[in-house]
Amino acid sequence: MASTTISNAVTTLTPEQALAAARAQAEAARIAADNAQAYADAVAASLAAATGGAVDPTVFRLAIFVLAIFVGYYVVWQVTPALHTPLMSVTNAISSVIVVGALLAVGVATLDTGDAGAAWAARIFGFIALVLASVNIFGGFLVTQRMLAMYKKKA
Amino acid sequence: MSANLAAVLYLVSGVLFILSLRGLSHPTTSRQGNTFGMVGMGLAILTTLFYAPPSGFGGWFLLILGLGIGGAIGAWRARTVAMTAMPQLVAFFHALVGLSAVLVAAAALYAPQAFGVGAPGAIKGASLFEMGLGAAIGAITFTGSIIAFLKLDGRMSGKPIMLPQRHAINIGLGLLLLVLLVAFMRTESAFAFWMIVLVSFALGVTLIIPIGGADMPVVVSMLNSYSGWAAAGIGFTLGNLALIITGALVGSSGAILSYIMCKAMNRSFISVILGGFGGDAAAGSGAVETRPVKHGSADDAAFIMKNAAKVIIVPGYGMAVAQAQHALREMADKLKEEGVEVKYAIHPVAGRMPGHMNVLLAEANVPYDEVFELEDINGEFAQADVAFVIGANDVTNPAAKTDPQSPIFGMPILDVEKAKTVLFIKRGMGSGYAGVENELFFRDNTMMLFGDAKKVTDEILKNL
Repeated sequence: MASTTISNAVTTLTPEQALAAARAQAEAARIAADNAQAYADAVAASLAAATGGAVDPTVFRLAIFVLAIFVGYYVVWQVTPALHTPLMSVTNAISSVIVVGALLAVGVATLDTGDAGAAWAARIFGFIALVLASVNIFGGFLVTQRMLAMYKKKA
Repeated sequence: MSANLAAVLYLVSGVLFILSLRGLSHPTTSRQGNTFGMVGMGLAILTTLFYAPPSGFGGWFLLILGLGIGGAIGAWRARTVAMTAMPQLVAFFHALVGLSAVLVAAAALYAPQAFGVGAPGAIKGASLFEMGLGAAIGAITFTGSIIAFLKLDGRMSGKPIMLPQRHAINIGLGLLLLVLLVAFMRTESAFAFWMIVLVSFALGVTLIIPIGGADMPVVVSMLNSYSGWAAAGIGFTLGNLALIITGALVGSSGAILSYIMCKAMNRSFISVILGGFGGDAAAGSGAVETRPVKHGSADDAAFIMKNAAKVIIVPGYGMAVAQAQHALREMADKLKEEGVEVKYAIHPVAGRMPGHMNVLLAEANVPYDEVFELEDINGEFAQADVAFVIGANDVTNPAAKTDPQSPIFGMPILDVEKAKTVLFIKRGMGSGYAGVENELFFRDNTMMLFGDAKKVTDEILKNL
């Protein structure tokens, strides 16, 4: 008896009706998806309009680079000519922030990569770069400090 | 540590570097500025170590060893270097930055996964370009700075060395570099990379050897600028904000200094780069001078200065060579005790690097408020009783104003000729680096004191 009830319940929808309902739902889902897509497109288009297109990180870096050149331009013109030698030694010291690249190279994993030889080459290049950049960091800042300590006002 | 946090911290360290340059606008804030720079550097290093810690014990060991060796050498050089040797030290440091850029680019080529620029054999095209360019500029900076170092240190003649067909050689090397760069971007071949480095090494040498000693302030500034651009190139490869900002700052700083130096010599940047200034051709052009000059003794000079109301001292490279700055300051102190007003006048290109004379005077405890730049003091020579020119020549030569044929025509000069008496301390009658005679030597109100700048100053001091 129970089986006939179920079969009755199922048979309230003929296979054709079930198919039609499923199709309708699929259609609704497709329309919703299309709408969502259109909405997302609209958002993306408005974002793109605001930012000038899908922006690669490199472009943001370029923007920062260009702005930093202008900052550098205005800051360096403010430097008093009497301090031009310390300016050179301190710019030298800060440009050795290239040490971050050396640190990444020294720390390269040499075991889990496919080519251990290449990884070791990177490590060795990184190590030499690290030594050179460290000479520059310590030498540059300390010699600048030594120079700046000499500039005194009239007693 | 997340990538975003790391990027923000790198940005902070970039801002600290900007503040460190900002501090140099005045001597009183400069020391604080240097501290900002050190903090920024420490922050950048720590951020890197937390964000991408070295793999395993071996990585940490190499890291600490490298920092230790480099730091010890750097600290030792910074403590022991003589202030007169600053230009060659700075040139040497530029060489180190250049070579580091080359090596970091090489490391990124061999282990791109560690730098986040792709897998070996499949590095992004943009990264290959940045890498190749950074390595090329770094390599030019390296050999160029080594040549500048050898010239400044006197291990190589300061005279321009003229290769036959040097312009053709440079253009050829430049074109070859371009071709190699394109080949490297297309193939990612290590061979192309190392060829870029080799050609750039050669270009660095051929660019700098024809540039003579007197143009060194421009060369040192220019190499300073190059080292910045090389760092920026690597910064793009690594996507590191601290490196990009620093590269831009250093690049523009060096460019501005080069511009100031060129302007102070009234020469175009191009003519300095093309080189050959102050060579034999210029020196041979003047007829041999036979006119008499007025010799003076240290005793005479002491007498004149003691009775003067105002003395302006004009130091030049000769003072640095003779290490006469301390004797000079003692002489000035003695004169001040006698009630004489003493000031110092600095020409922008005096010495071998921008601001060289100011550092030497500061080393000798000359207060910075007694030292003046050209435009601030030039009007005062007319009221001065004595212009005391020690080891300078071309920067006082009136031919720069009067003789359109002179190689230094148009260069701004210190108007020492307007002082009542001009005392010249020189080793001999030789002409300056520009190879031109200074007609001031033959004037009635000029007295020549021949000898080593330090010895002559010491003798004057004894006679005061």
